[in-house]
Amino acid sequence: MEMDRRDFLEKTGKYIVLFGAATKAWDFILAGTPEATPDYDVTRHWWAFYIDIEKCIGCGNCVRACKEENGVLREPFYFRTWVERYHIMPPDPADPKAERLPIVDSPNGGYDGFPERYRDGDGSKSFFVPKMCNHCTDSPCTQVCPVGATFDSPDGVVLVDKTYCLGCRYCVQACPYGCRYIDPRTQTVDKCTLCYHRITKGLTTACCEACPTGARLLGDLKNPKDPMHELLRTQKVQVLKPHLATGAKLVYRGLDGAVR
Amino acid sequence: MRDLFRDAEHLFRLATVFLVLLVVFLAARALLIPEGFGTYGHYRGGALQEARARELRFAGRDACLDCHEDIATTKMNAKHAGVGCEACHGPLQAHVAEPSTVVPEKHDANALCLVCHAENLAKPRGFPQINPKEHAGEDHCITCHDPHAPLPLKE
Repeated sequence: MEMDRRDFLEKTGKYIVLFGAATKAWDFILAGTPEATPDYDVTRHWWAFYIDIEKCIGCGNCVRACKEENGVLREPFYFRTWVERYHIMPPDPADPKAERLPIVDSPNGGYDGFPERYRDGDGSKSFFVPKMCNHCTDSPCTQVCPVGATFDSPDGVVLVDKTYCLGCRYCVQACPYGCRYIDPRTQTVDKCTLCYHRITKGLTTACCEACPTGARLLGDLKNPKDPMHELLRTQKVQVLKPHLATGAKLVYRGLDGAVR
Repeated sequence: MRDLFRDAEHLFRLATVFLVLLVVFLAARALLIPEGFGTYGHYRGGALQEARARELRFAGRDACLDCHEDIATTKMNAKHAGVGCEACHGPLQAHVAEPSTVVPEKHDANALCLVCHAENLAKPRGFPQINPKEHAGEDHCITCHDPHAPLPLKE
């Protein structure tokens, strides 16, 4: 076949362009139709959580919803989320130097609500603090796992690979927030997954869904339109144990200094 | 050539030992490290998919709107606008999936109201709380209140 330089450049040029287009198209053919592929992209989310203590009424809906949604054992008393009641006495005027520790209770994690224990007029203050995994950016629990069974997902959720967990309990000890427990059914560690099966489908967590006062809010910090940004900008917020530098992504509004 | 390898037998033996160790190491590695380990980090990549696989129990309030628009409208401008349907009615994904066969059970309205509205010192000030005996005696909450739009009172 006779071919001069002009023909050669023209033909190879065409083939290069067509080949490029074909490989690109092949990628899409392999990936299937957009409906068939899960459209959740882990790199485009960064989950965080916001709890407004001043809105929490201690009804226990979140505790019940979490156990229901995630199949957490009702007894013995293990929780992925629970509610604590703090009862703090002001300094005694007769002896203001004496330390008065807060009284904290959490009957069955708040599963059945809180029976009234305190009477009005003693000058105390009391409030509810819902607790759960802080989904730390630099989580101590993942750092101590010897086998890589617990990990920070690319979208900022601390998860457990139950098929890989040894049940060695290092992470249970490492978590400064007490958010992990050993599931007696599997003898592996269990914790809040931030309802990973829900948030990756565009739903909110079960506890947010069940919270009647809107005290709980799931936020995606990589989404510029997320209402969380506005709250973080306008409200005074704090994380638990900030001195531990865990990069906790569970932020509280109205957090009292007595809360540990 | 022969001179080169003379008295080098021990080196070959050593090399064989190293080779065997290498093969054992590689085989053990291939056998013990699970598939997908290291895709995203120091963990099994498939664990992400497994965490997503769990079945839903709560459908989410948007799912209720498809059929129960009337109640959504009642609720929209009332005190309970921010309360999700499943906060009181419980998890109902099963009902959403099969609305005709799975019928949600009726709740004891009195008990449900008191889950939130029973008096408790630790509740935030301004949140409506009642002592049921003082507030209504033996009456049921729903005699006066519509749970979807609790105020104003029923006619």
